[in-house]
Amino acid sequence: MSARLELSGLAKDFGRTRVLAGIDLTVEPGEMLVIVGASGCGKSTLLRLVAGLEAGGAGRVLLDGRDITGLDPAARDMAMVFQNYALYPHMSVFDNMAYGLRIRGLSRAELQARVAATAELLGLSALLDRKPRQLSGGQRQRVAMGRAIVREPRLFLFDEPLSNLDATLRLAMRVEIRRLQKRLGTTSLYVTHDQTEAMTLGDRLLVMHEGKPVQLAPPLEVYHRPANTYVAGFIGAPPMNFLPATLAGDGSAACLEGGHVLAFADGRRAGGEGRALTLGIRPEHVEVVAEGLPLTVDLAEPLGAETILIGRLPDGRLLSVRVPGEMPVPERLHVRLPARHLHVFDAASGLRLEPI
Amino acid sequence: MSERRTVFPGTALPVLLLAPQLLLTAVFFLWPAFGALTASVQRSDPFGISTTFVGLENFADLLADPLYLAAVWRTLVFCAAVSLLSMGAALLLALCADGVVRGRVFYRTALIWPYAVAPVVSAAVWLLMLHPQIGWLTPALEALGIAWNYRLDDTQAMLLVILASAWKQVSYNFIFFLAGLQAIPANVVEAARMDGAGPVRRFATILFPLLAPTIGFLLTVNIAYSAFETFGTIEALTQGGPGQATQTLMVKVYRDGVVNLDLGASSAQSVVLMAGTMGLILLQARLMRRRGDAS
Repeated sequence: MSARLELSGLAKDFGRTRVLAGIDLTVEPGEMLVIVGASGCGKSTLLRLVAGLEAGGAGRVLLDGRDITGLDPAARDMAMVFQNYALYPHMSVFDNMAYGLRIRGLSRAELQARVAATAELLGLSALLDRKPRQLSGGQRQRVAMGRAIVREPRLFLFDEPLSNLDATLRLAMRVEIRRLQKRLGTTSLYVTHDQTEAMTLGDRLLVMHEGKPVQLAPPLEVYHRPANTYVAGFIGAPPMNFLPATLAGDGSAACLEGGHVLAFADGRRAGGEGRALTLGIRPEHVEVVAEGLPLTVDLAEPLGAETILIGRLPDGRLLSVRVPGEMPVPERLHVRLPARHLHVFDAASGLRLEPI
Repeated sequence: MSERRTVFPGTALPVLLLAPQLLLTAVFFLWPAFGALTASVQRSDPFGISTTFVGLENFADLLADPLYLAAVWRTLVFCAAVSLLSMGAALLLALCADGVVRGRVFYRTALIWPYAVAPVVSAAVWLLMLHPQIGWLTPALEALGIAWNYRLDDTQAMLLVILASAWKQVSYNFIFFLAGLQAIPANVVEAARMDGAGPVRRFATILFPLLAPTIGFLLTVNIAYSAFETFGTIEALTQGGPGQATQTLMVKVYRDGVVNLDLGASSAQSVVLMAGTMGLILLQARLMRRRGDAS
């Protein structure tokens, strides 16, 4: 029932603008793959090409080895959950869910049973006679999910399904989507711009930037070893701190602009002395210490469970620090950038530099 | 939907602003309407010098007149044909235009043009195509074995006035259908595609039901149009002939009253028509209100 989705060389131009450049991707049976990126990165176009709603792209889409590139969406046996739900406004919840089943010519009894079971699963049983406009945003979202689930398609496509919900509901639905997908085991592509959704929902993430795939890896690997400065800045909140530096000490250390030298914990980097680098460190990894880099605190954001401090290093660079709990905000403090949490990137290309 | 209201201070300015329209309505509608009402219960002598009050006799005569009843039936057929034809064609064109990406502005503009053409000019265009002697399509029809002469053949005459009247109304319907189609969220149609619905099913189960309010509204407008606004087209094309083959109620009012000077009978006919118009307007207002509620 779970299908394997393969994309090869998937590309798309709008006029002269290349919105999607050569995506190669395999989604394993039962996997939830999250495509994440800022708006305009081509993630929705990618999803619509897989769905068949977007015509005229290059490359191939294979479902369980069968080439479905030219096939009409109606013949692909995929279900899509849209950002604005796209429920049929003139039909009841029951008819919305039964629409695809009727097309498949299910017997009346089987249709009733399947809609009832799905409604039960999503807590929609009491709402089956309502019209979409009589439902709240969260309920509409559930109906949209139900319409996708009830058909038992080979692939789920989610197009930012939680973006129109308020924060509390979004959290609840996120958990629910993950639970349902695990339980049904249906291969899924999930598009979002929200990095929290991406981290929590995906078996793997595909981070996209300007139409190109930047990194494809499990969420924690993306977090711990971002492929470039874009990914590093996009995944994680508050975003990673970046500091310009140069390679020093035979490639085994970095020298910050202010002259402060940081030794690498994991080995030497290629390139000569003085190679321009970008050092990255996440706010949660910066340590507040008694003696170290002096930091002038500009702003503190108390969040209750934690406090985000935003300050300036002696060379004027901004640095944010995440400290647990509440704290009285001092005007100055000292921080340490632990070597094992440093990310080293090439300053020109932004690419991650691994030890040699 | 939020309502915008402007409140003018005092009474002088509002009265001044309303006066021209009220004056026009009074001179061109209320006065003649009152005249028709009076004339409908009177009979004038052959020289038009004196009039006698005859009560509802004109109306009784009307209902007993087989020619009038035939005109009623003819008008119903004409209205149904014109409305169906022009709405059907407009819906088809709107469905096509909705999907057009390249040159959409051109198509839309071109499709709206016929609405701006005066009835008599449009009739002239149809005459140039289908006149028995000078129409350039006539030889082609004759080559197909059709003896085309709408000035002799009742059915052909009816067909011609239906075609010409429907053509003029296609633009109006097209605009509303296109707006109606564009108000349907693209994602809803895409969801139906993902659910496995082909084009025909999508039209039948998604587009058509969602266009229902538009269709209801257009239906009343089209009936009103074919009943009351096609006079110019018909008069220019066939003058209601041959015989009375294309004489709709509106044409008959003109023929009987203005041409044959039977003012009493003609006025009674206009009063009946007036009542019909009011009925249609009430129906349309109700439909519009319901449409407003739904959105």
